[in-house]
Amino acid sequence: MAANSSSDRQRAAQQRLQIIAGHLQRPTNYQPDITAAECKAQEGNPNVSNEERTVPRRRQDIMKWNGWGYSDSRFLFNKKGQAEFTGKRYRLSGMIIPGLKDWMEGTFGASLQHKAPATPILNSTAVQPATINEAFVEEVKATTIPFSVEAEDRVFRAHGHCLHEIFALREGKIGRVPDMVVWPSCHSDVVKIVELASKHNVCLIPYGGGTSVSSALECPPEETRSIVSLDTSQMNRILWIDEKNLTAHVEAGIVGQDLERLLNESGYCTGHEPDSMEFSSLGGWVATRASGMKKNIYGNIEDLVVHVKMVTPRGVIEKSCQGPRMSTGPDVHHFIMGSEGTLGVVTEVTLKIRPMPEYQKYGSVVFPNFEQGVACLREVAKQRCAPASIRLMDNEQFKFGHALKPQVSSIFTSFLDGLKKFYITKFKGFDPNRLCVATLLFEGDHEKVLQHEKQVYDIAAKFGGLAAGEDNGQRGYMLTFVIAYLRDLGMEYYVIGESFETSVPWDRVLDICRNVKARIIRECKDKGVQFPPLSTCRVTQTYDAGACVYFYFAFNYRGLSDPIHVSEQVEHAAREEILANGGSLSHHHGVGKLRKEWMRETVSDVGLGMLKSVKDYVDPNNIFGNRNLL
Amino acid sequence: MCTSKYTSNLVFVANHISAVSSFLQHTDPMLKKRDEFEDMLEERRNSSDFRYALKCYTPVVYKNLTPCDANSLKSMVLQSDQLHYVISQVSKETGRTREDLQEEASGIIEEMAHRLQLSTVRFFAFALCKVFKTLFKSICVNEDGIQRLQQAIHEHPVVLLPSHRSYMDFLLMSYILYTYDIALPVIAAGMDFMGMKVVGEMLRMSGAFFIRRSFGGDKLYWAVFSEYVKTILKNGLAPVEFFLEGTRSRTSKSLTPKLGLLNIAIDPFLKGEVFDISLVPVSISYERILEESLYAREMLGVPKPKESTSGLFKARKVLSEDYGSIHVYFGQPVSVRQLAEGRVNRCQFSLTPRYIPMRPNEDVQTFVNDTAYRLVRAQEENMVLKPWVLLATILLQAEDLERGIPLEELTEQALWLRDLCRQYGGFLHWPGMCSKVISSSLSLHHGLVRLSEGNVYLALSGGPVSPEEQVLSRAVPVLSCVSYRNQALHVFVRPALLATAVHTSASNNKQDIFNTFSFLRNMFCNEFILCPNATVQDFEEACFLLVKTGVLQVSQQEMVVTPRGHRTMSFLSRLLLPFVQGYQVVCAFLCEKASDTLTEKEFVQAIRKFVIKQLLSGTLRYPEVLSSDLQKNAFAALLRLGAVHKVKSVDQTGLKINKVTVNSLEDTLGKNPSLMSDSNSLFQKIISNVFLGGKLPTPKASVARL
Repeated sequence: MAANSSSDRQRAAQQRLQIIAGHLQRPTNYQPDITAAECKAQEGNPNVSNEERTVPRRRQDIMKWNGWGYSDSRFLFNKKGQAEFTGKRYRLSGMIIPGLKDWMEGTFGASLQHKAPATPILNSTAVQPATINEAFVEEVKATTIPFSVEAEDRVFRAHGHCLHEIFALREGKIGRVPDMVVWPSCHSDVVKIVELASKHNVCLIPYGGGTSVSSALECPPEETRSIVSLDTSQMNRILWIDEKNLTAHVEAGIVGQDLERLLNESGYCTGHEPDSMEFSSLGGWVATRASGMKKNIYGNIEDLVVHVKMVTPRGVIEKSCQGPRMSTGPDVHHFIMGSEGTLGVVTEVTLKIRPMPEYQKYGSVVFPNFEQGVACLREVAKQRCAPASIRLMDNEQFKFGHALKPQVSSIFTSFLDGLKKFYITKFKGFDPNRLCVATLLFEGDHEKVLQHEKQVYDIAAKFGGLAAGEDNGQRGYMLTFVIAYLRDLGMEYYVIGESFETSVPWDRVLDICRNVKARIIRECKDKGVQFPPLSTCRVTQTYDAGACVYFYFAFNYRGLSDPIHVSEQVEHAAREEILANGGSLSHHHGVGKLRKEWMRETVSDVGLGMLKSVKDYVDPNNIFGNRNLL
Repeated sequence: MCTSKYTSNLVFVANHISAVSSFLQHTDPMLKKRDEFEDMLEERRNSSDFRYALKCYTPVVYKNLTPCDANSLKSMVLQSDQLHYVISQVSKETGRTREDLQEEASGIIEEMAHRLQLSTVRFFAFALCKVFKTLFKSICVNEDGIQRLQQAIHEHPVVLLPSHRSYMDFLLMSYILYTYDIALPVIAAGMDFMGMKVVGEMLRMSGAFFIRRSFGGDKLYWAVFSEYVKTILKNGLAPVEFFLEGTRSRTSKSLTPKLGLLNIAIDPFLKGEVFDISLVPVSISYERILEESLYAREMLGVPKPKESTSGLFKARKVLSEDYGSIHVYFGQPVSVRQLAEGRVNRCQFSLTPRYIPMRPNEDVQTFVNDTAYRLVRAQEENMVLKPWVLLATILLQAEDLERGIPLEELTEQALWLRDLCRQYGGFLHWPGMCSKVISSSLSLHHGLVRLSEGNVYLALSGGPVSPEEQVLSRAVPVLSCVSYRNQALHVFVRPALLATAVHTSASNNKQDIFNTFSFLRNMFCNEFILCPNATVQDFEEACFLLVKTGVLQVSQQEMVVTPRGHRTMSFLSRLLLPFVQGYQVVCAFLCEKASDTLTEKEFVQAIRKFVIKQLLSGTLRYPEVLSSDLQKNAFAALLRLGAVHKVKSVDQTGLKINKVTVNSLEDTLGKNPSLMSDSNSLFQKIISNVFLGGKLPTPKASVARL
């Protein structure tokens, strides 16, 4: 099975390569007068492989302008009314998903008859004309750093993936967008751009993978200066790999999938796998304090970072050495990590790397109820034996995952499935409306994985957990990669949804899950939502002192005049509920502008003052004017 | 400084008054919507009680319920983090071993816990059926309220908060809930019931759990008790029922709510352990209270008999009497979540483990207090008033209690009062023709009232005994009547305070009247349910009602009684007069008669003697001033206002009386308008302190100013 899945991955990687190669072959009659600047760092570096870029400057060539991910990959209902996932990139690609239609109709009261189609193409006239700072543009031209003032490029960089952002794009509504996009290709390009921006008082908004879900990329409407989006996507090389110290020095614009693929070629990995890793960038991870699925083995971004270089209006900030730990006053890296683009641009990062794991194994455990599941996760955390990833989905999400099961080819498999279901619900007496499932991912050398697996399953058994196979586990992880594609499908049929997360002490996990879910349901009802909403959560990370909980909510908005406002109100109320139940403002999504209003109570007056004074020193003219965080 | 505060308060008030009429139109009490009643005894009279007792009982339960029997509940409590924490704390403080304390805790929980058994409930259902059918004409229940309750129980943990006027209350509650197939509650009962051996155990098996009356400093007891209640609530095992008033009200006035249990019940919500909690006020009104004369005697100083099974047996003679009907109104469930919205910052509980007991913050305390008042007012509002309540009110206002009132006059007044009561939002039950209603009321209360030669009068018996004894024995029926009149007080109290203020104030000036109102309200807030910090709202409400009924005319500056308003005005002020005079007598006693060595214990006896003397000499008209309840309330008010201080010594509590303050309070209560306008007097300063409504300076501060 494991061998299978790794060959699958190789195949997928192969496919990606082909597609990318295709993109590279395309004739580029794009900004012909501007050629990529030669960067010193690029010269004479054996480890650099600068051929395989997933992300071109023209993102719109491969990605949707008003939805998630690749243009060729999306869910749709075929002529037979069956759900299908298009494209060739994913495991699910080209497959029929028979259960999805019933699930959508049953859960949301949605109907294939009622469609809410999106505006098909971007209407450039709807885009505000660019406010150009001529002097700045002239000087940028002189540097030969590529830039664009085209509407499509600008619109693409004016949003992240919050519901309201995507919904507005689908409706063809476009607000304040950057006036210009620049593509530096190395650290020194960034230094030049920041200098010029400071000189000409231009507002810079760094842009990495564009996967923000905190309104961090939204241009402040009150900003009157020219806004320049600094797209780091072309700074995507691994500059060196140090096998002695197991570190890699990487340009910050590289996206997760490229970083892993390139490191894998050398037999290494970072192990940092946020759900958005296909598109999110290293610099973005640093700037938002990202967290990866496998943090139990590899750590979160703050554990992985050894050295950071950031360009600010005051100059470049970096440490003088690569010591693994220092006692040199407050760690300046912590001003950078989580700064959300308010202080500068992260250009280069030295990261820890690990040899690629010998063996990977998925797994899953079914629990009679969520309470038992949480108790099990808590025990696993207590014994500090958490696998690379361990997640506990509640009953609703379990059903959701089930609905995404692709059509099985053999009668035997479906017979086995039926048998499994019978065993769990009838023989073991699990209530299908209460049971929940934990998905597991083990990594390491073969023997240790098996040992580890046994240890975890033994603990699970104490809490009534039954091992439920690798397949369920793997599908659970797949869910997180396709959920954003699914949201686009929902929007086609009047269903809108959003996700958000928090971290919370162990003793509060159950309470916060119950209360926030109940609050979502109540708020939807109070706000006039006509259909019962989907309100679901999973415990998605475990720590010594608590857990990270991830919530999804979605509802059918037929009959509402302003569905986005309703959805925002619901999310706001849910966040209030999280805070009232001892949860944090964010575990890894960041604050952006969406959660700014709670920063003061979160970090106290003095805390906020500290952050402000750093901003005032580093960027007194608010060049990095995205107005996140503070 | 004091004066400026005073003026700014007034400006604020004046601004408010102008907005009164527009604001209050939405809350016109007359427009209150109330459910219909069904008589639940009717079916019992027509079908087998036995079959009823054995009926299929499958109540709707809390949606997230994990069933749990009485024993596992006990062990959940004993193993709770909170209890473990408190045990280790107490162990550190006292040096006792943890095993010892754990043992004590299991002892406490054995003593306390309920052992609800359906068989016992069925037995009670059967027995109560028989009893109720003989005692009462009907038991009327609002079935819509039952529906709402059922819904609430399904959704969230529920706290039932019935009014408490009789021992019957909680049996009646369980009986009703059993009949309507609603989850049976567990009920907080005073330990005194446990004295009744068999009955105590039976009550336990029908869902009662027993708490000691006082356990002030006993941390372990408190921990076991609160954890017990919270465990039941958090898991939604059963609705929890307790009496907000803490004890039976002997006077039929609602009592100032006790906050202990409410604090415990709200805690799981504040700490996020449940999504919400529904508080359901229940108003139980008896046409005739079983304990009627018992209460009157108790108020007059005949001590309450100890609860005992044999006592209950002896009391069976009450079974031969007719007690009319009972109305039980299940009020709208109140969501704690909604009440707390924007008032309590729940984040404050995030920084300490939740099992560590902490004193609630000030905002939580205020919140719980306001909630308690709100619920008691909800109980009051849905209390059904029987015609007799109005008759008793009129009879007590008669010129001469002994001679009474001619029947026609009584009838005319009753009709007038009926309409007034309805206009003020009273929930009046007035079945049919006036004359019939009156005659049936009079006959139901034949023990209290007589009709001869066309005159209706109170049955004041007088025997060949000493004058003091005679005063006491004649006061018994008066106090009984008073307890019926008191049922209507909540309808009239705000207008009555305003009417008295209008009469007492130096001028028609609105601000003067508000001052007096505020003073009176402050003085009487131990006596009536007057929410703290609601002086302005109460004043607005009173103004609205009096203006609406054409009694008062309010202009920018003045409030004037209209010609046709005099009747209502005089009725309202006469309603309050016994209380005003009662408080004055208490003040007079403290000024004139109290020695320096008077202790708190002696106070009750001494004041009674003093009141009897006043009654005999004719300087005091109202026998109801003999009520120890009134005296205690007056005393509590004086303590609160800093006119009296307790001085604790080793074996007793002495009293230190500030005679200047007491004296001026007495004067202000009386009609002495000249004093009110004397701005230079020391008195003015005292009063202005008292005037500041709900926001009274602490007693210490006001004394310091003196």
